[in-house]
Amino acid sequence: MIGEAHDESRERIEIDLLLEAIQRRYGYDFRGYALASLRRRLWHRAYGEGLETLSGLQERVLHDPSCMDRLLRDLSINVTEMFRDPSFHRALREHVFPLLRTHPFIRIWNAGCSTGEEIYSLAIALHEEGLLERSRIYATDIDDGALDRARSGTFPLERMQRYTENYQRAAGSEAFSSYYSVSGGLARFDPALARGIVFAQHNLVTDGSFNEFQLILCRNVLIYFGPKLQEDVLALFGLSMTRRGILALGRKESLRHSTHADEYEPLVERERIFRRRR
Amino acid sequence: MKAVGLVAMGASWGGLHAVETVLGALPEDFGVPIVIAQHRQVDSNDGMLVRLLNARCALTVCEADDKQALDPGLVLIAPPDYHLLVERGAVALSVDAPLNYSRPSIDVLFSSAAHAYGDRLVGVVLTGANSDGALGLAQIADRGGTAIVQDPETAERREMPDAALCATPDARVLALAQIGPVLSQLAGTGVEAGS
Repeated sequence: MIGEAHDESRERIEIDLLLEAIQRRYGYDFRGYALASLRRRLWHRAYGEGLETLSGLQERVLHDPSCMDRLLRDLSINVTEMFRDPSFHRALREHVFPLLRTHPFIRIWNAGCSTGEEIYSLAIALHEEGLLERSRIYATDIDDGALDRARSGTFPLERMQRYTENYQRAAGSEAFSSYYSVSGGLARFDPALARGIVFAQHNLVTDGSFNEFQLILCRNVLIYFGPKLQEDVLALFGLSMTRRGILALGRKESLRHSTHADEYEPLVERERIFRRRR
Repeated sequence: MKAVGLVAMGASWGGLHAVETVLGALPEDFGVPIVIAQHRQVDSNDGMLVRLLNARCALTVCEADDKQALDPGLVLIAPPDYHLLVERGAVALSVDAPLNYSRPSIDVLFSSAAHAYGDRLVGVVLTGANSDGALGLAQIADRGGTAIVQDPETAERREMPDAALCATPDARVLALAQIGPVLSQLAGTGVEAGS
């Protein structure tokens, strides 16, 4: 129907204008994000603000930086958990750590670390394998608020039962509870785990390469990007890796359709862990 | 009416049997892609569902990869613990918070599919013990798509079909065994292809 089609293209115009406004006013560029999720998140924020159109959201974002903060949080938070996909974390220990062990200094980049669940999981595993002392882990995210929470090393206590199960299935060798103390409904992880972690704001869309890493973890971040932006970020990872570096993606993320596919060989195919051919 | 471009199905409690019955009735040359959100355990990460369905239907079934293309006759199932969304011509995944305790959420799938495919979409709500899919099916109908609900009398759990019918009273109600043949007809591959 003409009316439907008209509504559709009107919303598309509203989304395009909103994203351009955000880019010009605040420098965050969401224009290459995958549309379906982006659209859901934009509407989620619009409803949260009591607004009925995305044009209305555009007006508020332009005039009220605190609204941009809230929108940024909606657009950037990835809901994750410690040792998500235990088989992936087991594969890290069994197939990736032996390769890292050959280096005197280990540099790891967790791109899109969100609130830090994965980075602490990684630190625990490195500690148990005797590698944490010589590891420097860069944990970056676009969202300052998420980084603050990641820095605090605290997670809701009620999630610990689930995380403990994950940890055990991920070949954890200690009592999981020995890694945190409990206070006020929060589990606070041992600050010693975070000694080698550098938390920093970094925007995968607009910021460049800042170091060379033997391992880059970027799990369930690329799913929010459109194909072109995925290509750009994979190029950035290529520039940010040492020779024969390792790239770990999310369980359902693939290099299959990428022009960068040839640069990698599967290291653990099932877990989407890849190694650069050169 | 425009040619069907996509079939989206949602199932929960009792869904394995229902999905298997629907897919099992589709011919090898079924020319439309199918996307499915089936509620299941977060840890059911062993591909068993996919293996089972592949053994029992003529179409190729796989767990969706991010940005996988929607090819004719290909059945893409939401991976456990991910939302499955539809873009035009491809799927996308998300790990946004569960909706009504569900990830994958049928509403998320239907809503995104309705947006991308409009009146070229067929939405199917199967058995389940909650109300996921009701909102999404209403959105499909709103955008001119075809809404189908499994007859609650033939559903292992009727809550989900009941909720869908409450939100979309005009939806076509079909016994489980009829859904596959009707989908074939809508897709123009079964007997008496509709025009």
